[in-house]
Amino acid sequence: MARIGVFVCHCGENIARTVDCAAVAGNLADHPSVVCSVDYKYMCSDPGQNLIKQSVKDHQLDGVVVAACSPHMHMKTFRRASLQAGLNPYLVEMANIREHCAWIHERTPETTVKATDLARAMVEKVKQNVPLDPILIPVTRTALVIGGGIAGIQAALDIAEAGRDVIIVEKEPSLGGHMSQLSETFPTLDCSQCILTPRMVDAYQHPRIKLYTYSEVEKLEGYIGNFEVTIRKKGRSVDIDSCTGCGACMEVCPSKKAPDEFDMGLRTRTAIYTPFPQAVPNKPVIDREHCLHYKAEVRALARGKPVRAICQKCAKVCASNSISFDGGDELVKEKVGAVVVATGFQLYEVGKDQPEPYLKGYGEYGYGEDPDIVDGLQFERLASASGPTGGKILCPSNGEPPKTIVFIQCTGSRDAAKGIEYCSGVCCMYTAKHAMLYQHSVQGGRSVVFYMDIRATGKGYDAFTRRAAEDSGAEYVRGRVSSIYRHDGKLVVKGVDTLGGEPMTVQADMVVLATAIRPQPGIKQLAQKLSISYDQHGFLNEAHPKLRPVETNTAGIFLAGCSQAPRDIPDSVAMASATAAKVLALFSRAELEREPQVAKVDQITCSGCFHCERACPYGAVEHLEVKDRRGNVIRVIAQINPGVCQGCGTCVANCPSRSIELDGFTDSQVFASIQALSL
Amino acid sequence: MKFGYYPGCSLHATAREYSESLLTLVDALDVELEEVEDWACCGASSAHSTNHLLGVALPARTLAIAEGQGMENIVAPCAACYGRLAGAAHEVNADPALKEKVAGILERPLDNTPEIINVLAFLQQLLPVIQDKITKPLEGVKVACYYGCLLVRPHKVTQFDDPEQPESMEQVCAAVGATPLAWNKRIECCGAGFSLSRTGSVIRLGREILDDARAAGAELVVVGCPMCHSNLDMRQGAMNKGQAGADDLPVLYITELVGLALGLDPKAMGLHRHYVSTKPLLDRLSTALVASEGKVS
Amino acid sequence: MSFEPRIVAFVCNWCTYTGADLAGTSRLPMSTSVRIVRLPCTGRIDPLFVVKAFERGADGVIVSGCHPGDCHYTEGNYHARRRFRLFKELLDFTGVDSERVTFSWVSASQGQKWADVVNETTERIRGLGPFDGYPGVERGEVA
Repeated sequence: MARIGVFVCHCGENIARTVDCAAVAGNLADHPSVVCSVDYKYMCSDPGQNLIKQSVKDHQLDGVVVAACSPHMHMKTFRRASLQAGLNPYLVEMANIREHCAWIHERTPETTVKATDLARAMVEKVKQNVPLDPILIPVTRTALVIGGGIAGIQAALDIAEAGRDVIIVEKEPSLGGHMSQLSETFPTLDCSQCILTPRMVDAYQHPRIKLYTYSEVEKLEGYIGNFEVTIRKKGRSVDIDSCTGCGACMEVCPSKKAPDEFDMGLRTRTAIYTPFPQAVPNKPVIDREHCLHYKAEVRALARGKPVRAICQKCAKVCASNSISFDGGDELVKEKVGAVVVATGFQLYEVGKDQPEPYLKGYGEYGYGEDPDIVDGLQFERLASASGPTGGKILCPSNGEPPKTIVFIQCTGSRDAAKGIEYCSGVCCMYTAKHAMLYQHSVQGGRSVVFYMDIRATGKGYDAFTRRAAEDSGAEYVRGRVSSIYRHDGKLVVKGVDTLGGEPMTVQADMVVLATAIRPQPGIKQLAQKLSISYDQHGFLNEAHPKLRPVETNTAGIFLAGCSQAPRDIPDSVAMASATAAKVLALFSRAELEREPQVAKVDQITCSGCFHCERACPYGAVEHLEVKDRRGNVIRVIAQINPGVCQGCGTCVANCPSRSIELDGFTDSQVFASIQALSL
Repeated sequence: MKFGYYPGCSLHATAREYSESLLTLVDALDVELEEVEDWACCGASSAHSTNHLLGVALPARTLAIAEGQGMENIVAPCAACYGRLAGAAHEVNADPALKEKVAGILERPLDNTPEIINVLAFLQQLLPVIQDKITKPLEGVKVACYYGCLLVRPHKVTQFDDPEQPESMEQVCAAVGATPLAWNKRIECCGAGFSLSRTGSVIRLGREILDDARAAGAELVVVGCPMCHSNLDMRQGAMNKGQAGADDLPVLYITELVGLALGLDPKAMGLHRHYVSTKPLLDRLSTALVASEGKVS
Repeated sequence: MSFEPRIVAFVCNWCTYTGADLAGTSRLPMSTSVRIVRLPCTGRIDPLFVVKAFERGADGVIVSGCHPGDCHYTEGNYHARRRFRLFKELLDFTGVDSERVTFSWVSASQGQKWADVVNETTERIRGLGPFDGYPGVERGEVA
């Protein structure tokens, strides 16, 4: 015979104003199996909780129902209180008589009848509850960090410094990401590579960090604490362990026309190359699309002809015999317990041809048609001492310093007509930086910045933009630009000065477009591999925009940096450290505790139809072989892995023989609550 | 093929060549244009700058009459008329309350507004027929296609071509053998109705347009709007005056250009009426002005 | 009609239940007809729950969950949608007016929508009259 305690909360006036709480308690006092039924002003307060704990002891309760606010508010509170009184926390239920009753109805007898109904339904349910214990699953205390830019490096270093192993998978041949392409960083104007490369080296040399460069995630299987990742190591053709980084191969390579990605197409490179001199690891890779041998190989294979060795001059001069033209991609598997997605960003392409159907370009800006119209990263490479012009700001068309330069902010961003309604966050700051660099570099030059607003919210940022607008000589013009075209040797920029109230045309030598930040190409495919969700732009979704910004809705997978939304370097670093903290919390114990509301199969009645397996989105259904005494398999039936099961119950409703139950929401619990309603 | 037709005030008056070339052309293509009965002014700039309801109701009258005649479409060669008619159709179709109100004012039903077609979309549709009948492809003639403001804007009304980088006129010109040029002022305003009230601005704007076309190597400018034609042709004298290197640049309607490729009689198409003489161009195309009326040479 | 319908709502914990909480926090007035039964996901909802509710005297049933694509468990709501489409046909076949079962998507931020679902369903069921498919059971009988 059950012994249920009912506790009806007034919640001050919140419930008591419209529900007669004493009457609810009184109505339930006579209900079969209820041995204690009281009401109180604030059940969640200390005295309220003590009332519950004392009642558990005094009445030897084996079930507790708290009729109060939503379980989303205080279920944990009352379960903890009951546990402290020695009652299994899963023998506690809540009836929502506040949000679902008191707050939406008038003070009428009907309202009290409904509150009594809801409480009674939970009394009948809890009579069917059984004690449940949290489920423990083991944790592999190694983290996977996808992306080796500043965010990925920071997260990896934080986790490794705390004594846990980390695997970084980076798709480019080197660590560093876009930060390595920057010239200086705002607002301090630190040399970007100077502050980044020590971190890159730390990550490369850290005993707990394993680096896979020129690699991508092929597949992720498993669940929190127990993932298995398959990594595709793309064929470098260079053995980075034996390679000494001498660079002789690059000097002899005859294929010199490949556009240099690091320098944003402003110069060309050889087919065998390291992306930049400070690359980590500083070992080359062969770009098979531009290598003479590999191109010939593709042609030969297409025609069914035998493959002959073409060129291979690099291999001939390699003193350490590190170059091999055999072999291709390699797949390796690693076991990890948590995943950090720090894939960074790409820039919006300005031209009429766009990579996604919902994006539109600004064909009228002439980007891609005229070499002197560049984007922000290209300008960084021009300004960078290690860039194609040695740090001098020169027009790509003629190598002359631009006497007049125009910067256009918000190219793509904040424009619903182009498909990007959001602000990219960093462009106001880097444009100010660019304008100041220009004014310093080209003495007597004229710079014009066309802006819509100035967003400079970080520490020291407003002073920085103010310096650019007021002290540096740059002309800040509030207005947009309608078209850019080449006429008489100049770039005619047709804009408008909205504060002055007039159209404004500038005859420029160079134009820099501050283009929108977008997620990396292929992000949707990666997100699907990881079972995490993304928005219409491809930015990865956080679990809660306010309070859980670094977690996803998939347990064990976390976000850092621009993969979630545009942000600058300090925010990316802070987010990466926050992510590392979440990972380390996950790794803090050898076993994870999970909520025990999971499905269980009745092995006797299960026939092995596996409807449940087809319904389960998590792959929690395993095949269990039932054997006779001699070891022969007589049946294969379903078994739910409690570590993977997320407790949705879809399998339960799909099972034709009613062989699965979901602890916490069993059929008998649900039917009992329905039966208790006064209908 | 049959189309509804709205000439508008200008095609019956100052843009006479546009009307003549269009009607000569459709005749050669065996296309029938049925005029909307008792059509009235589309409102041009005056109506919509005075009163929004007037700006919708006036062109809507034409739409209602056309609907009553059972027309599914209306070709409006004048870019401004096109803009007003298409704009009125767009507004009443998007706002049922407005539609009801306007229908009440007109005392005519407005249930199935006809599709409004501009001259470029019209010619695009007829390209297969046109290409069949080309007798004098305009090999090597370098044309600067000038759209002006209204042919491709506002995009949500026109739903036609690209408002910033249109290609439809170039497509038609290329189809008849001309070489359309890449130049910068294709969609820049010519000054439009300020031709009378601020002639100085029109001269300045037009001069920039013609200079840019010349700099790109154009032998002629092609337009699809009577206002553009009027400004660039009638006022070209003032634009070129005193400007070194500003040679006469003939301005042709797209219908005239296509007609020339079909070998149609230049005089029947009104090519002798232009302010900037088309004779040098026609000589270059080895077509003499034929005195006979309306005959294909 | 003056009869007060009794309606049972089977809702998912993550979306509709939270949306109903929001409706409460926003103090949106609603009919007292609905009693909510919380489940982790609409995928858990067995059609027999609906039958049991009618058997006990409910005049109408609401089944409500996350919008397609938003299910906290990824796919449960798709299974529910398919299951209930078939179930409604079965109900009609057995002579039970399937209009008494309402299926809706209410997200955690849609407090007003939940209030509208409750109020509209109540009026619709009021118009259909009391459900008398189980003539032996008296209303208000409690186990």
